[in-house]
Amino acid sequence: MARLLALLVAATLFLAAPVAAQTSGPDRTATGGAQTLEDILARQEGLKVDDAARRADTGDASNAAPFDAQLGTLGGTSDPELWRALRYDTADITVSAGGPVAETLMQSSGMAWLEFREGPLSTYGGWLLLGTLGALVLFYLLRGRIAVDGGLAGRTVIRFQFIERFAHWLLAGSFIVLGLTGLAILFGRTVIVPLFGHEANTVLLTASMAIHNNVAWAFIVSLAMILVMWVWHNIPNRLDLVWFAQMGGIIGSKHPPAKKFNAGQKIIFWSCIVFGSLISATGLSLIFPFEFPLFEQAFALINATGLPGLLGIAPLPEVLTPQAEMQLAQILHAGLAFVLMAIIIAHIYIGSVGMEGASGAMTTGEVDEAWAHQHHSIWLDELKEKEARSDGTATPAE
Amino acid sequence: MKAIIAGFAAIVIIAVAAGYGLNQMGAPTDEAQSGDDVRLD
Repeated sequence: MARLLALLVAATLFLAAPVAAQTSGPDRTATGGAQTLEDILARQEGLKVDDAARRADTGDASNAAPFDAQLGTLGGTSDPELWRALRYDTADITVSAGGPVAETLMQSSGMAWLEFREGPLSTYGGWLLLGTLGALVLFYLLRGRIAVDGGLAGRTVIRFQFIERFAHWLLAGSFIVLGLTGLAILFGRTVIVPLFGHEANTVLLTASMAIHNNVAWAFIVSLAMILVMWVWHNIPNRLDLVWFAQMGGIIGSKHPPAKKFNAGQKIIFWSCIVFGSLISATGLSLIFPFEFPLFEQAFALINATGLPGLLGIAPLPEVLTPQAEMQLAQILHAGLAFVLMAIIIAHIYIGSVGMEGASGAMTTGEVDEAWAHQHHSIWLDELKEKEARSDGTATPAE
Repeated sequence: MKAIIAGFAAIVIIAVAAGYGLNQMGAPTDEAQSGDDVRLD
């Protein structure tokens, strides 16, 4: 997972970074700065080529020949110079329709994006999910189901109110639908087409895209709901250190004390909030294409912190083409979704087959007292105290 | 179980409402970046 995150960061920087001039490029004095045979050969081998000279060689209007002179009609720019300006998106383009999007006539980062999307993103993302599933199967075989020590008590307490469970299932259901449709969109061409053909893939992807765009709103609503309801219960505290020290009781026989949410659940919660918010923001940027650019401002903020300098890299570009904004949004959207899917798969495991007595919390809302004592002892004590104070006259409250 | 059914029902309701709203706005990608002369299906 850490590897995928590192890959995402690297890809973002790679796609966003301008093609910086290499200080140790080949000697171009023989060609007057123009590309050399070595450059052409390197390009053919897919190696990085220092194109700073070509990038800058786009003509000089101040040296333009007069209009009545030969070659004067292009304002001092030759055809090759004009094509280079178009190639590197520095030409002064005016379009009658389409806005800034249409002013970018050539966008070479599109190829890098496509290769990354169909290459590392799909490969590592797919293996992350399969690896998570495999690790859980292995964990189950080694550890088995985490049982309640001494068996269930047979008495239940209310763990989650209706509105909490509603928000949970709104989030869970929408996320599963979004995950499946997102995977179909990403892997459709490579998996569905060879198996079922183009027609089936077209129908599947059209439906997936429509469902993905519309179900996304339920995900955003539920994310806001759980944030409001549970954020105070998920503030880190010293108990979390004890939980980590005892591996949460998942490994070993100790059962660390916890309030309503233990440190493991807090990780799930904050993963949902942080990754879910970023996935939502990039998703909105994709639903409303070219209307919500995110990365120019984000990169400007990152540059202002001085982080690129600390890492020894060039400042991130603060001017991006609209197309580059969309490509970065898609990569971050899908990459973070893979990470969150892996986390949620583990969450589903521990909340169902992985732990005795856990599933009732989100189905009926009630859990066995012995389970509550084992996994949330402080929360149970506080609950009992409240019940005692109210003399058991009302429905037990959280 | 009521919470599960209610949650899933809400997903459908929100999705249908969002689909209608987005279509009214002409907001989804295929609508926003398309026109009568473009065939995407």
